[in-house]
Amino acid sequence: MSTISTDHPVSAVRHTARVTTESPVMRGVLIGAALVFLGLFLFVPLVAVFAEALKEGWETYAASLVEPDALAAIKLTLLTAAIAVPLNTLFGLAASWAIAKFQFYGKQVLITLIDLPFAVSPVISGLIFVLLFGSQGLLGPWLEQHDIKIVFAVPGIVLATLFVTFPFVARELIPVMEALGKEEEEAAVSLGASGWQTFWKVTLPNIKWGLLYGVILCNARAMGEFGAVSVVSGHIRGMTNTVPLHVEILYNEYNFVAAFAVASLLAILALVTLVVKSVVEWKTTLHLAGGEQNHEH
Amino acid sequence: MEKRRKKRNVLPGFGLTMGYTLVYLSLLVLIPLSLLFVKSASLSWSQFWEVIANPRVLAAYRLSFGASLLAAALNTVCGLLVAWVLTRYTFPGKRLIDGLVDLPFALPTAVAGISLTAVYSQNGWIGRYLEAAGIKVAFAPLGVVVALTFIGLPFVVRTVQPVLLDLEKQVEEASATLGAGRWQTFRRIIFPHLLPALLTGFALAFARGLGEYGSVVFISGNMPMSTEIAPLLIMTKLEQFDYAGATAIAAVMLIASFLMLLLINVWQWRSGKRHIVG
Repeated sequence: MSTISTDHPVSAVRHTARVTTESPVMRGVLIGAALVFLGLFLFVPLVAVFAEALKEGWETYAASLVEPDALAAIKLTLLTAAIAVPLNTLFGLAASWAIAKFQFYGKQVLITLIDLPFAVSPVISGLIFVLLFGSQGLLGPWLEQHDIKIVFAVPGIVLATLFVTFPFVARELIPVMEALGKEEEEAAVSLGASGWQTFWKVTLPNIKWGLLYGVILCNARAMGEFGAVSVVSGHIRGMTNTVPLHVEILYNEYNFVAAFAVASLLAILALVTLVVKSVVEWKTTLHLAGGEQNHEH
Repeated sequence: MEKRRKKRNVLPGFGLTMGYTLVYLSLLVLIPLSLLFVKSASLSWSQFWEVIANPRVLAAYRLSFGASLLAAALNTVCGLLVAWVLTRYTFPGKRLIDGLVDLPFALPTAVAGISLTAVYSQNGWIGRYLEAAGIKVAFAPLGVVVALTFIGLPFVVRTVQPVLLDLEKQVEEASATLGAGRWQTFRRIIFPHLLPALLTGFALAFARGLGEYGSVVFISGNMPMSTEIAPLLIMTKLEQFDYAGATAIAAVMLIASFLMLLLINVWQWRSGKRHIVG
C-alpha cells in the first residue's frame, strides 16, 4: 500500500507534465525558430547601430556627438519633449480621472477618440498642421500678417509631437484607475479631504507606476518621432532639426558613422525606456501579488 | 434614487477634468483632423479621382497595403511562436528577450530604418548572404516588408501572451486524457482560444504598417512605381506644394486606418478586452 501511495503521485505528475508540453526536441526546435526570427529582425539591427557607430573608434564617435549641429538638434529635441510630455501628462491625468471615476454617456466613444492619433500615419499627423498653419493653410494668411511662424519652425515641431504622443499617458492611466475603483477616494472625501488632497494623497500614490510607465513611453516617442516632425520642420540645420532628423541628414550625406553615432543616442534612450518599463511591470506584479495575499488573509 | 445620485457625486472635479479633456482633445486632435476632410471635400470628385487613380499613386497604395499585409501575416505566425516560447518554456536569457520584444515600440523609426538598411544591404551582415542566394532586400520591395515586420513585431506577441498565460492547464490535460495528441490539442483547443487575440494583433500590426514612414524610407530606395509607399508620396506632394494632391492621398489612407480602428474596437468590445500599447 505504502509503495503505491508514494509511487502514484510521482508518476501522475510526470504524466501531466508530459501531456501538456512538447518533447524536448520539439521544444528546442521551437525555441530555436523563435530566436532566429527575433535575431534577424531585432537583435542584429540593434547591435548594428552600435557597431556602425563605433566603426572608426571612440574619437570619431565622440566628435560626431559634440559637433554644433548635433548639439543644436539635441537641444531642440530636449525642448520639444520638455513641452510635450508635461502637457500630455496633464491631459492624461485629467482624462483618466473623468473617465475612470465617473459614469457618463459616450465613454467608449471618448476612449476611442483619445486613441485616434495612434491610427493616423505620422506623415498625415504632420500634414494636418501644414493644412492649418502653412502659407496656403486655413490660418496661414493671418499668421503671415502678424509675422508668426508655426510650420517650418519650432512651434510646428512641438504641435506635431504633441499630436503623436497625445494618447500615451491617458491610455496607460485609464485601465489602472478603472481597476483601482473609487472607494478609497470616496472614503477620503467623506472624511473631509478636499479634491486636491484626495488626488495627491490617495490617487497619485496608487497610480504612480502606471503614470511613470505612460510618461516614459510618451517621452520615448516625443524624442524619437520622425515622420510627423519631418513634415513640419523644414529641415533647417541647427535651427529646426531634431535628433532623428539630424540622423536622416547625416545619412543622406553618406556620413554614415556620424549618423549611426547620433542614432546610438536614441537607441540608448530606447534601451533605458525598456529597462524602466520592465522595472515598472515588475513593481506592479509585486503590488498585485501583495494585494491578492492581503485579500486571502 | 436621491441617495444614489448623491453617492455618484461624492468625488469632485468631473466638470474640470472632463471640460479640459474635451477642449484639449478638440483643439489638438479633432479639429486639425477634420480639417483634412474639409480640405479634401473642397476638391471636386473628378479632381479627387484624378489624384487617386494616377498609376504612380495606385502603385504606392498597392505596395503599402501589400507589404503591410505580408508583414502582418509573418508577424502573426512568428509572433505566436515567440509568445508560445516565452510563456511555455524556460531557457537562459528569457527575461531579457521578453523585455527586448518591445524594442520596436521604443526605438525611433529613423534609427530602425538606417540600421535595417545597413544590415540588409548587399554588404550588410545578413544582406550579403541573401545577396549570394540571389535575394535582394534593401532597395527592393522586400525591404519594405522587412521594415514593416520590425515595426509590427510586438503587437501579436503582446496580444497573445496574456491569453496564453490565462489558459487553464486543466483544459489541455482533459484533452490529453481524452486521447488527443499534442498537435490535435493545439489545433482544436488552444488555437481557437487564441484566435481573437491573433486577429487583433494582426490588425494592429497591419494598421501600424500602413502608416509607417520613418523605417521604410531608408531601406526601400523610394523608386516611383516600385518601392515608393503611400506616406512617402504624401511627403513628395507636400514638397511640391501640391496640398490638394497630398490631402487626397491622405484622406484615402485615413479612411482605411479608421476602418481598421473600428474593426479592432468591435473585436475588442466583443472579447471584452482593451488592446495594449501602440
